[in-house]
Parts: sequence; structure tokens; C-alpha cells
Amino acid sequence: MENNRTEKPWIELGLTDSEYERIKEILGREPNQVELGMFSVMWSEHCSYKNSRPVLKTFPTEGPQVLQGPGENAGVVDIGDGLAIAFKVESHNHPSAIEPYQGAATGVGGIVRDVFTMGARPIALLNSLRFGSLSSPRSRYLFSGVVSGIAGYGNCIGIPTVGGEVYFHPSYEGNPIVNAMCVGLLEHKDLAKGVASGVGNPVMVVGAKTGRDGICGASFASEELNDASEEKRPAVQVGDPFMEKLLMEACLELIKTGYVVGMQDMGAAGITSSSCEMATKGNTGIEIDVALVPRREEGMTPYEIMLSESQERMLVVPVKGKEAEVERIFSKWGLDAVVVGHVTADGMLRVKEGDKVVAEVPAKALTEMCPVYHREAKMPEKLPEIQNCDLKSLSEPSNYQKVFLDLLSRPNIASKEWVYEQYDHMVGVNTVVRPGADAAVLRIKGTNKGIALTIDCNSRYVYLDPYTGGKVAVSEAARNLVCTGAKPLGLTNCINFGNPEKPEIFWQFKEAVRGMSDACRALNTPVTGGNVSFYNETKGEAVFPTPTVGMVGLIEDLSKVCTLGFKNQDDYILLLGENSDELGGSEFLAMYHGLEAGMPPKLDLEKEKALQNCTLELIGRGLINSAHDISEGGLSVALAECCLAGRLGAQIKLESPIRPSALLFGETQSRIIISISREMLEQVREVAQKYGVPISKLGVVQGKSLVINGNDFTINLSLSEIEARYKGAIPCLMKG
Amino acid sequence: MRFAVIVFPGSNCDADCYHVVKEVIGQEVDYVWHREQKFSQKYDCVILPGGFSYGDYLRTGAIARFSPIMEEVINYAHQGGLVLGICNGFQILTEAGLLPGSLVRNKELKFVCKDVYLKVENNRTPFTIDYAPGQVIKVPVAHGEGAYVCDPDTLERLKENNQIVFRYSTAGGEASPECNFNGSVDNIAGIINEKGNVLGMMPHPERCAEAVLGNDQGKYVFTSIVKWLKGGQVRGK
Repeated sequence: MENNRTEKPWIELGLTDSEYERIKEILGREPNQVELGMFSVMWSEHCSYKNSRPVLKTFPTEGPQVLQGPGENAGVVDIGDGLAIAFKVESHNHPSAIEPYQGAATGVGGIVRDVFTMGARPIALLNSLRFGSLSSPRSRYLFSGVVSGIAGYGNCIGIPTVGGEVYFHPSYEGNPIVNAMCVGLLEHKDLAKGVASGVGNPVMVVGAKTGRDGICGASFASEELNDASEEKRPAVQVGDPFMEKLLMEACLELIKTGYVVGMQDMGAAGITSSSCEMATKGNTGIEIDVALVPRREEGMTPYEIMLSESQERMLVVPVKGKEAEVERIFSKWGLDAVVVGHVTADGMLRVKEGDKVVAEVPAKALTEMCPVYHREAKMPEKLPEIQNCDLKSLSEPSNYQKVFLDLLSRPNIASKEWVYEQYDHMVGVNTVVRPGADAAVLRIKGTNKGIALTIDCNSRYVYLDPYTGGKVAVSEAARNLVCTGAKPLGLTNCINFGNPEKPEIFWQFKEAVRGMSDACRALNTPVTGGNVSFYNETKGEAVFPTPTVGMVGLIEDLSKVCTLGFKNQDDYILLLGENSDELGGSEFLAMYHGLEAGMPPKLDLEKEKALQNCTLELIGRGLINSAHDISEGGLSVALAECCLAGRLGAQIKLESPIRPSALLFGETQSRIIISISREMLEQVREVAQKYGVPISKLGVVQGKSLVINGNDFTINLSLSEIEARYKGAIPCLMKG
Repeated sequence: MRFAVIVFPGSNCDADCYHVVKEVIGQEVDYVWHREQKFSQKYDCVILPGGFSYGDYLRTGAIARFSPIMEEVINYAHQGGLVLGICNGFQILTEAGLLPGSLVRNKELKFVCKDVYLKVENNRTPFTIDYAPGQVIKVPVAHGEGAYVCDPDTLERLKENNQIVFRYSTAGGEASPECNFNGSVDNIAGIINEKGNVLGMMPHPERCAEAVLGNDQGKYVFTSIVKWLKGGQVRGK
């Protein structure tokens, strides 16, 4: 090993021998230490997508609503009136595994910068979190640390955290998933890009000073976790939300002046990535002098300055001659804005320290010339056996009411109030539908419009069948939006998988992307950007494949917004879609039978599309009073959620040949529960028929209890009993 | 009427207060940057908004109170001008000595964002005359350090002078220990100074001032100010 360290320093930095050869070929010489460091971060999976790029290219990315697709800091979709929404999701899994508070906090900070870099004012945050079982003290520590970190950062910068999801599964025990999504609002004319153009234009570093924190974080994010990972704690950055708030206000003020040519967040790989990416996009070069970069510590080497991941910094290329204007705005907010170099015509990223050149590489060598790997994909050997597990002959529970209550207390299903009460979800005075619903809804001030936001993924389905799981993840996110009356516009995704060098993992990845792409095409929700996080493994064991989907939808008339809660006594409760006998991948199967097996619920995209269009018409015409998607826990749990949200009970009669466990707890897709005023019944039926969507009566809104009667079962519980289990579960588990 | 919303670095409810004053109750409003030494206009009411001024790094409100504008705010208050401090604004007012007591960490040591019920204990103030005496209103809170504390003598004085304006209560108006989620002394959610022109409150009335957000009961804090300035009368006895 010692020999490796001295003779092959690139190995230590995560580069392979052949990659090192390629660098030598590009440069026509051996790289020096600074250059090697720059290559190692830029050619890491985190920055280069070298393993995922060929597959990601298969996502549909276009549509008339897309103003900015993948490749920029965030995607942008049009919402009319000259306004647009910028949005993106990003992972911060590895830092959060080591230092949950700062790992999660800086995840929020990074995604917020990605959005305001586009010229958008961030108006909402969401997050998707996954941990091991709450019975483990370490999982509780990570869960509570991550939630505090998100709260500490998001609350301080004053962006509401309006939605999210939290799941618990043993596969995430060593490697939690922390995905943060930010959504911003902009006027079309303010759309900014991360491009360095105009030879001679100055290059400025703005925001926080550069320190020694987070050096080589991107490389750390691109390897598996192991016992030595704890030693990588210095690779975790420390966040300063107050600084971020100042930086955000200053940048947004600057963009309004029209003096910005290009702007880019210094996220992973700091000055290195922002400068070479901006030069690549501008087809230019950049020359910078690291001696001019404001530093937090003395004696920092060019290597450290180029690779530091100190937070809350941006690289800005303003119009030449406007440097003083930039400085004036930043100094008002108490921030540095320093010219460190300029845009050149030669395509080189040239780094100087005073007069001495310390690194000189073609900008595109760091970005576009990174090797791309076409990895082998192979279905896991044991998967067919797991998929073919016989679920038809399982015994039925003897007490459905007990199973129902137990399901409501499962952390994956129970209320996440413990989490979202710690997030400021109202600052900004736009939050119309708060966390805990199918999707959050924000009004757009100055218009009658609203946007609906959700983030979603059922990773157990993806594990059992990545293609179907991918399809379901996209479809369910869209269905969540549709239940509020929003037309889905586009999505961002965060692909959290294991080590792509393993054929089984790469197969999961390819199949999941194929499923997602098919659903995106069918539902007209192009992918506008995202993030890939591989190497989510601990000691060789991968997490459940988790392609999180963040989606944005538009509500044209906010007065029509629909929510999940039952609204009036005696309203009819109806089911759009069809029940079927499917238990594969369900939470019930995992809880009651201890099985994570079978095929996940089927999904027919034509039926799904019809269901969504039907629901949108029903809401748009004001024919229904509530709508709620059926997901984890099945029909019974969804009914309970409608009751609790509306503080009204329900009398339900289920007549079906399907066995009660599947009828009550199965997670068959493409189903929505609606409630309607009685006189609307005929009109509602007509609309459903027009779309060919099956519609059936479940019961009526009544009283303060949920009563579900079937052929040989009864559930009869007061809402207060249901609420106690649903809301009490997570607080109780967190007490250890 | 003309309102001022003070903007400290780290204020994050400044735009919300501005929006409510301008768009909801239709009054004039200016942002005033914390580095200003003097008001450039005559203001009828000054709002210190919520947020994390200076990151709340030393102690909530402790740095903001040294901002240049605070001297002007203190003079303005001493001359009888109306000052409303919401959340971080309340914390700044106690740090600046315009209100007694202090705000410390919530009893569960966690940030809490949710709707709570408040009982309007005193509707004879410039900030509450549009509420009925004893009215119960639903208003959101969002804070990590909102437990009001003071010494027993101060508490006695607050009670005697009717300076406790809002208490955390049940929907029925009972200030029970169960609804005192942050551990404030005597369920205190908002107090006014002895002179009756400076109000500090932890809950956010600006967040529930429009029907589109599902609740407009907070709007009446703002309409009360306008009504009082116009010489309006208290509702009820």
C-alpha cells in the first residue's frame, strides 16, 4: 500500500490507471499535483456521470413547457404570464451518513444555490429521506440529526419546507438517503445560466471566504462507505445558512441589474468545477489567480483553494466594466466580491498563483473528455425466485382491524407530523396546502395560479421490479399532483443506487430509468434535470434502488384547488379505478407476513393517463369535493387519511370477490378516492365514462368513526383512536 | 397610513409583512434597511419582522439590537410611535429593552411550526381593537426560541397592567398547560409595553391574513392598527 501511495498517487484520489493514462494523453505530459487533484474530482462519478450518462440520455427531456432542460444548475418550466419555475433535486447521502446535521444542512444549501443561480427566487423546499429501522439507535440518531439539519438551514434562510417523504428500511441502515429539492419562481427575462462568455469579461468569486473544509468531497461521495468512512469527516462541509441568505439576496439583486453574463454555484469540487463548467458551456477559457481568492485561513496551497468545498460561494462572470457595481451590491450585504481572473479565448483553465502558473488544462478535458463507461447489466440471479414467490396461498389475518391499526403505526405509513412540525412550512405566505397531503400547493402571488409540488418513490417496488417500480414512481408523483387539480409539467430525479460497477446494480439502474422514461412519455412529464448518486453501499450491501421523483404541476385556477380531506356529512365516497388482488411489494406483506417479495403492483400507463385526465376534469369543473391517491397501506389507510384530514368519519361497504387482505391493504395502482355532493353523481359518472375510468361507490361521509364492512370482516374505529395510532407512532418510536 | 418594515440581515418575514400591509390592508409601506440611522419618512407604525437576524448566532435578537436603525426605533417608541415585533422582532424588542422579559428555547428544544390557538386577553390596544374581548383566534407559530420568561415581579406587573395581550389557549379559550407547547411563563404569547404602543408576539399574524391561505384571523392585527390610528373604537366592553 505504501508503494501505491508514492508511486500511484492517482489511485489514492480515486482514478484508475487507464484514466491516468488518458490524462497524460490529453495533456501530453504528466499532470502536476494540482492538475491531478482537479481531474480526480471532475472525473468522479458525482461530477462526471461517467457511469450513468449513456443511460440518462434515454430520458425524454423536451416539451413546449420546458424552458431549460438538463445540463444547467436547475431545470425550468413555463407557467405562463411570463413566469417560470426552476427546480432540482440533489443527494447528500454520504455526508449525512457521517455527520447528519451538517450533511443534510449543506445539502439544502447546495440545492438552494442551484436554483437562485438560475435567477429564480427559491419559494419552496422538499426532501426525500430514508433511514434504517427506527428500532436502531443509530437510525434514530441519523433521522433526528438530518431533520434538525434541514430545519436549521431551511428555517433560517426563510424558504418553507412544504413537503417530502420519509421511509425506513434496513437496507438504509448504514447509508441513509438524503435528497433535497428546491423550487424557485422567476420571470422569463431573468433566466440566468452558468456560462462564461465574452473574452475579457472578469471572473469574480463572491460570497463566503474559502477554507480547508470539504476538500475532495465529490470523490468521497463516489465511493462505498466502510469502517474508515468516519475518517472522512473532514470531507463534510459546514453550512452557514445566514451567509447563504445574504448571498441569495445579493445574487438576486445582482441578476436584476442585467449585468450578469453567467453565474455558477461552487458546489462539489468548488472553484474547479464552476470555472471549467462555465468555460465549457461558453466555449471559452478561464484564467484565475488563486492568490486573489479571499481565504479563511493562511497558508492555503493552490491545491486546497482549487478543491475546497467551502459553502456559500459563487463564481460570477459580469459584464466588463461593471465590477464596481457587483462589489457595491455584495458589500451592502456584507459579502466579498473579488475579481480573481478573466475569460479567455484559448479554451484553457489556467490557474496561477501570482505570476506562476500552477495548473493549465483544457477546460473541456475536465468536463467533456471524461471517459464514459458502458457498464455491464445483469438481472440479479435471485430476483426471479423472489418475484415468483407464491402470494396466493398466504393465510388471511384473523383480525383485520388489528392489522389496520398496526399498519397505521408503521413508520412508513404513520403521520410525519413529528418531522414537518420542525420545518417552517409557511414562511413566504404562499403555502395553500401544507405538508401531510398528496402534494403541497403554493399560490403564485399576483396571479390566480398555483403550483403543486411532490417528491416520491417506493423503493421496494423498484427492488422487486425496477422497470415497474420506475414507472410507478413517476406515475404516482403525477397522480399526487393531479389530486390537487394540478397538471404535471415536468420532473427532476435523484437516482440513489449502489455500486454501478456491479452488473446487478447497473441492471437495476437501466431498468428503472427505462420504466421512468416510459411513464414520462405517456404522462408528458419531461425530465428537466436531476442527480445521480451511486455507491450507496455499506460493506458491500446496496440500498434498495431509490430513484426519487420530484415533480411540479400547475393549477390554472387556485380557487379550484382540491384536497384529500372529506368535506361534508353525507357526501358520497367513490372509487376511481379498480381494486385487484395484488399484495406484492405491499407494506402489509412486509409487516404481517415478513415478506418483501412478489411482483410490485402492475401499472398500465394508458389507464393511468385516463384516470389522471378524468380527475383533472372533475376538479376543473368543480364536480368533486376531495381527491386522494391510494398508495402505501392500500384502500383502508387512504380512507383513514381522508377521514383524519377532514375530521369526518365514513361508512364504507366493500363488496368484492377479492380476498379481504388484498382488498383492504393491497397497493394496486391507478386508484383515487373522491367524495362528491350527492346531486353530482350523474355528472361525475358521465365524466368517468367518457374517459373509460371504472367508478364505483364505496360509501358515505358520516359521523366521527371509520366503519368498513365487507363480506366477512368489519373495521369500526373512532377517528380519535385512528388518529392516536397514526400520529403517535413516530414520536413514540423516537423516545427509544 | 404609512408603515415601515425594518430589514435586518437575516430577516425572512419582511416580505410577508410588506405584502400584508400593502396588498391585504392596502396601506403604504417601505422597507427600511438596518444600516439607516434615521427614518426618511414619517411612519405611523414600525414592524420588526420575523427571521434569523444575523443568523441568531449569539442569542436571538442580541446582535440586531445594535443595528444603527434600532436607536431610531427606540426613539420612535419612546415618542409613542406604534411598534409591532413579530417572532424574531419580539426577541429584538426584549433585547433592546422596549419590552420586559426574554425568549428562550422551547421546552422540547425543537423548532415548532404549526397552528395554535390564542386567546385575545386584551383588546384595548392599538393592535387588537378589531378583536372581541376574549376572542380565540388560530394563528401559526414558527420558532425554536419562543418560550417567554420573566421574573415574578415583572409577571405581576404584566398582569396588573393588563399587558398580556395573547395567551396560548385551547380552541375554547382555556389557557391550559397542554396548549403551552413552548413552555412560556403563564402561557404568554404576546405582551405590550406599559405605555401601550409596543407589542411583541411570537405567533405570526401575517401568515394567516388571507382566505386563500385558509385563515384570515391574523389580518385583524393589521386592521386594528389602521383603525386605532384613525381614532377607532374598541369592540365590546
